[in-house]
Formats: sequence, C-alpha cells, structure tokens
Amino acid sequence: MTEQATLKVWRGTDAAAGHFDTHQVPFEPGQSVLDGLRWIRVHRDPSLAIRFSCINANACKECMIELDGKTVYACTARLTPQEMTLTPLSNKKLVRDLVTEIAPPAERFAPSPDDGLRR
Amino acid sequence: MTADPMRAETDVLVIGSGAAGMYAAIEAARGGAKVLLADRSLIGRGGATVMAQMTVAVALGSQTDDHWSHHYQDTLKAGRGLSNPALAQLLCEDGPDCIRTMDEWGVGWARKDGHITQAMAPGHDRPRCVYVDFLNTGPAVSKTLRTVVNKTAGITKAGDLCIVDLLHHDGAVVGAAALHLGSGAPVIISAKATILATGGLTRLYRRNSASSNMGGDGYALALRAGARLVDMEFVQFFPIGHLAPRLIGMDPIMWDPFRYKLGGRLLNNKMEEFTQNYGAVENGKYVVTRDVGSYAIVKEVEAGRGSPNGGAFLSFQHVPETKLREAFGPVIDKLAENGIDLTKMPIEVAPIAHYHMGGIAADTQMQTGVPGLFAAGEAVGGANGANRLSGNAITEAFVFGRRAGRVAADYAGKATRGRADADNAPAAIDLIAAGAPDREINTAEMVQTLQATMQDDVGALRNETGLKRALTQIEAMAQDLGDRPQGDGHRFDMRRVDWLDLRNMIQVARVVTEAALARTETRGAQHREDYPDTAPDWAVNQFVSLRDGRIALSPEKAAS
Ligand SMILES: Cc1cc2nc3c(=O)[nH]c(=O)nc-3n(C[C@H](O)[C@H](O)[C@H](O)COP(=O)(O)OP(=O)(O)OC[C@H]3O[C@@H](n4cnc5c(N)ncnc54)[C@H](O)[C@@H]3O)c2cc1C
Ligand code: FES
Repeated sequence: MTEQATLKVWRGTDAAAGHFDTHQVPFEPGQSVLDGLRWIRVHRDPSLAIRFSCINANACKECMIELDGKTVYACTARLTPQEMTLTPLSNKKLVRDLVTEIAPPAERFAPSPDDGLRR
Repeated sequence: MTADPMRAETDVLVIGSGAAGMYAAIEAARGGAKVLLADRSLIGRGGATVMAQMTVAVALGSQTDDHWSHHYQDTLKAGRGLSNPALAQLLCEDGPDCIRTMDEWGVGWARKDGHITQAMAPGHDRPRCVYVDFLNTGPAVSKTLRTVVNKTAGITKAGDLCIVDLLHHDGAVVGAAALHLGSGAPVIISAKATILATGGLTRLYRRNSASSNMGGDGYALALRAGARLVDMEFVQFFPIGHLAPRLIGMDPIMWDPFRYKLGGRLLNNKMEEFTQNYGAVENGKYVVTRDVGSYAIVKEVEAGRGSPNGGAFLSFQHVPETKLREAFGPVIDKLAENGIDLTKMPIEVAPIAHYHMGGIAADTQMQTGVPGLFAAGEAVGGANGANRLSGNAITEAFVFGRRAGRVAADYAGKATRGRADADNAPAAIDLIAAGAPDREINTAEMVQTLQATMQDDVGALRNETGLKRALTQIEAMAQDLGDRPQGDGHRFDMRRVDWLDLRNMIQVARVVTEAALARTETRGAQHREDYPDTAPDWAVNQFVSLRDGRIALSPEKAAS
C-alpha cells in the first residue's frame, strides 16, 4: 500500500474568513509538499491556488508557505505520512488560498497615470 | 462580464524577464526608451535563466586561444546543416562582449590563476564554457541582471502580469492584452515596440526541466500576431535528466556538470557502457552530444536494457569521495539529504525536454517581420539549427536580448504612439474577464494529459503512427478545451491560467507535431524510427504561419 499524507490546506480570498480543505495524498518517500499540492490540483481540485515556478530546482523562491506555522519552501519541505497543516504566509497580504503578495512593491503592476487615453 | 481594463503605456514592452528580457530592457532604457518589463511570474524568477546551473559558451580566449569563428564552426556543425548562419554568427561574435559586460556587472565568473576559467563541453573544439561555482550560473546571471535593471532609469517592472494576446493597429503590433494575476483584471498595454522574450516550450513534455511558465506562450502569441515560426520540430532532449530516486531542491539537469568535471559512467541494466554502440566512445570522458545521448538511452530502454524507472544508470562510484567534495562541495551534502551517496550507488537518468531550437523567425535585428514586434532569447528560432551546443542558450539570451533592446528602442523613437485600446482587444479582454463557464473541466489534469501525449508520441523517438495519434489527441483536447475560459476570473485564478495556458500549449503542440510529421528524416534532435537516415534534400527549414486559423508549413532551403 502506498503511504498517505493528510494535507489540511487553507482556502479563501479573505484572510478573516477562510476554511480548511483536507485531502489524503499518496506519496513516495522523498517527495515534496509541492508534489502533494500539485497532486491535489490534478486529481482533486484544480481551483487550489499556489504560487510556484521551478518545481524542483529551488531557484525561483516563489513557493513560500507556512507548514504547521513555520515558513518553508513547499518544494523542499518533505511530505510525511501524517497530518500537515498548510497556510498562507501570515506576514504577507493574502491573494488567494496559499498565494500571498510576495513581490517587492517596485515589481508590482501599477496602471499608468492618466495619459490622455480614453478610459 | 465586462470589466473595465486597467491601462499602461510605454515605449518598449518587454514580455518575459529572463536573461533575454532583462538584457533587452537594460539596453532599450539606455537607448532612451521608456520600458515596461512584464512577467507572468515574479521578475527574474519564472523562467529557465534562474534555473540554469552550468555553463555559458563563448570564445573569450581566456583559457586557451580562441576566436569567435571557431565557436561559429562548432555551432554550425552541431546544427546539422539547419542553423541560420547570420544568427549563429551574431551569437558567437557578440558573445564575448556580453560575457565581459556581465563580468563588469559583477556576475562572478569562476577564475583560476587570474583568468576566467573555461571548461570543455561536448561539441566544442576547445575549453570555452564559463560558469559560476557551485552550479550557480543561472541564479548569479539572474541576480546580476536584476540589480542592473533596478539601477537603470526608465524601466518599470510588473510581475504577475500574464500576456494573453498581442494587439494590432494597421498591421503593426501596438501592445498587448494581459491578465493581472493579483487582481484578475484585464490590462491593456500600449507600446510602440514589443519584444517577446518568453523563453521556450519544454513544459509541453511530461519529463522536462521546465518551470511552470514554459508552455510556449511566446510562440502562440507570435503566431496569432501574424509572425512566422521556424524549426519547430526540434525540441532538444537533455539525455541525462535526473529520474530516480526522487531528488528535491536540485535541478534535474544537475548531472551534466558532474560529467563535465568527473566523467562518470553511463550504464544499462547489465551495468555495461553502451554509448559506443551508438557511435560515441566515452572512455571515462564526457563526449556524447545531446542528440546521440538521448537516442542511445531511449533505444536501450526499448531493447529492455533500461533502469527500473525507464532510463539508464549514471555512476560515479569509481570517483573517490575527496574528489567529489573538491568538485562539488555543498552539493554533496544536498545529495546526502536526499539519501544519495554517489560513492555507494548509481542514480537513474533519462532524456528530458530541455530546450527549444525552434522558435520565432527573426533577422539579426531581431525583427519578426511584423512591424513593432521583436523577439529575443530562446523564443527565437534558428541560431542552433537542429541541435544546440551546450552553453549556447545563455549566450543567445544575452546577445539577442541586447540587440533586440537596442533595435526596439530605436524603432520606438521613430514610431508614433502605440494605439492599443480596448477596441483592438475585444476578444482578448472577453477571455480574460469572462465569467465562470457552464461546464467545468479539470484543467490541471488536461495539462498532464497533453504532457503525456507529447512525451510518448512526439518525444526523443518519433514515428508516423505516434505522430498521427498525437495529432488526433491534440485535436480532441482542443475540442474539450472549448472557447470559453474556465475559472471564475477572480484573483489568482489557477483554472483561468491553466485554461489560457492550454490554449497556447495545444496550439504550439500541434505546430511541433505537424512539423515533426512533415519532416520524413532523422536529423539532430528529430529521430524518426521510420526514416532513420538524414536525407540531403531535407536540408530545409520549415517555416510555420497561421492561415485562416490553420497551421501552414512552408519549407525553404537551409542557408548553412
Ligand atoms: C534547468 C535548466 C538549465 C539550463 N542550463 C543551461 C546552461 O547551463 N547553459 C545554457 O547555455 N543554457 C542552459 N539552459 C537553457 C537556458 O537557461 C535558456 O535557454 C535561457 O535561460 C533562456 O533565457 P530567456 O530569457 O530566453 O527565457 P527564460 O529565462 O525562460 O525567461 C522567460 C520569461 O518569460 C516569462 N513569460 C513566459 N510567458 C509569458 C507571458 N505570456 N506573459 C508574461 N511573461 C511570460 C516567464 O515567466 C519567464 O520569466 C538551461 C535551461 C534549463 C531549463
Ligand atoms: S517552486 Fe521554485 S523555489 Fe519552490
């Protein structure tokens, strides 16, 4: 029998009014929490939002979340055969589910000031 | 739902913030243009550049005597007769200057005895590849360019901005329509010049070295905007991508530098070396080129001599631990965290989709033929023909990015103001801002299905039956995807993003497959089991355009 991890994942767009979805995720030892989250998207719920780019390399540094209250990279934290609680970073503005606003302010999109174009 | 789009205006819009996009932004701003550097991910983090771990090929002549013309000869030879000679020359001739500029900007190329170290890599006639230790080339390149971008006046940065379509006015590209992920809102960007620096397409495959942003957006955007693509059948498979055991926190192509420095032995399940049976005698050295290596492994697996997970073994068991440490220091500890001790066990490797030789057709001014539209980096096709030399991709990103930035700034200086407006973009805005659909499909699962199809039938080994099966499957997926987006369109809506990605991925997958089917020969990265020989009359580049929404291939005799 393959081992299972229990991922308790915070969902919502309002930091004050979220809920947890709990999923059983099969895994092989050595897999990452991100592997588990990607498994949930493919097999259970494609609406789950998580920010990541590089998947394996731990190069993009985009996948930071909280695992049992501690900040981790989802792609290097390992799945374990027990309950793991995943929440968005508590010190960043929530966007959706596990996604927070982590870009420095100067790298966020801002509409151009009035340029005379029709709006 | 008709959301009021947000707006932005700029002289030069750069789409993608890898090495090509950041270099282009810097040069365009230095040329006096106002630049908007947009990326669907965070700035400088989302693409291949930050993931690259190895080397950059360039005729610096710091290690041994060299000249760009030698690098050029090697590049053409690797390209198996299909390289665009003018683009290859630009890459090789301008490479050294970009590498020196990066050095001045503080990238930290590894040095020995006062000169920049240059390593030997397969296909190069002499040591030519510069790098940053340990396995840190891409992150160092990305960080350096980000710092220069931040210091350069005139560049506005915008992450979480996914470009969905390019916009036209009087036959010219005048900007783009984008989805702002943070809010879910559509954005109309007016730009006098637009540079596609969106990188490659390897996310189309199940086994890949790609990030989640590498589904080939730029190819689909260019095609829909009226530009031509070229050599789309040539996807480079990296022969020794990590396969097993599960290894996290490391890039799957990390074994290449190990082979550069330490040789290593590639073995089948009989623990016998086999590349010599495919024309590459290794004798402890790393000489097998990527196309031959991938072919050899796939063939061994097919013959029942593969490793348990469907690849080959790679062994460094004969290398003493002190030597391993000396060459890779902290990387050895990271491997230990993953339960891998190279002195005790071989690991399993297999070909993974790694780089795209094909891409947007452009001239040496990086013009696409559509006024106002330029391309740079891996998004451009042609320089590497049917097979790329290792190290050429980052050089290409620097050189083409720099050129595109200069030319686009110049073009923008002469152009009248961009006239992108909601009127140019009704269809794109409608997609971005659509409400939830009546019918739900599992978009994440569809991405996996497409990746499996491409891996199995349009991968390192191809034949007519498989390619036709893939086309049928791709067609069915296009039907299934439909023309109304998934998701609710609110902020960071992954289903909407998946749907927009699939719209591009399916279109690009179809192009790759049709081009592969039409080419009835084996050359470079394309291995046709049913046409195992290279046919002299196939010394042809296939150009791709959209005619009335259908893919049209036009073969043209290769110039190299
Ligand atoms: C793991 C790995 C290792 C490699 N190692 C080497 C090496 O050692 N040496 C070498 O020469 N080459 C290497 N390559 C290849 C090389 O890294 C790439 O070819 C090169 O970095 C491409 O640079 P780029 O700027 O063209 O694209 P990228 O760096 O891929 O950047 C493209 C950017 O465009 C963005 N983007 C894409 N679509 C959109 C859209 N619709 N809207 C907005 N933004 C978008 C992406 O988010 C991304 O940030 C490697 C590749 C990989 C994947
Ligand atoms: S996904 Fe890139 S660092 Fe985790």
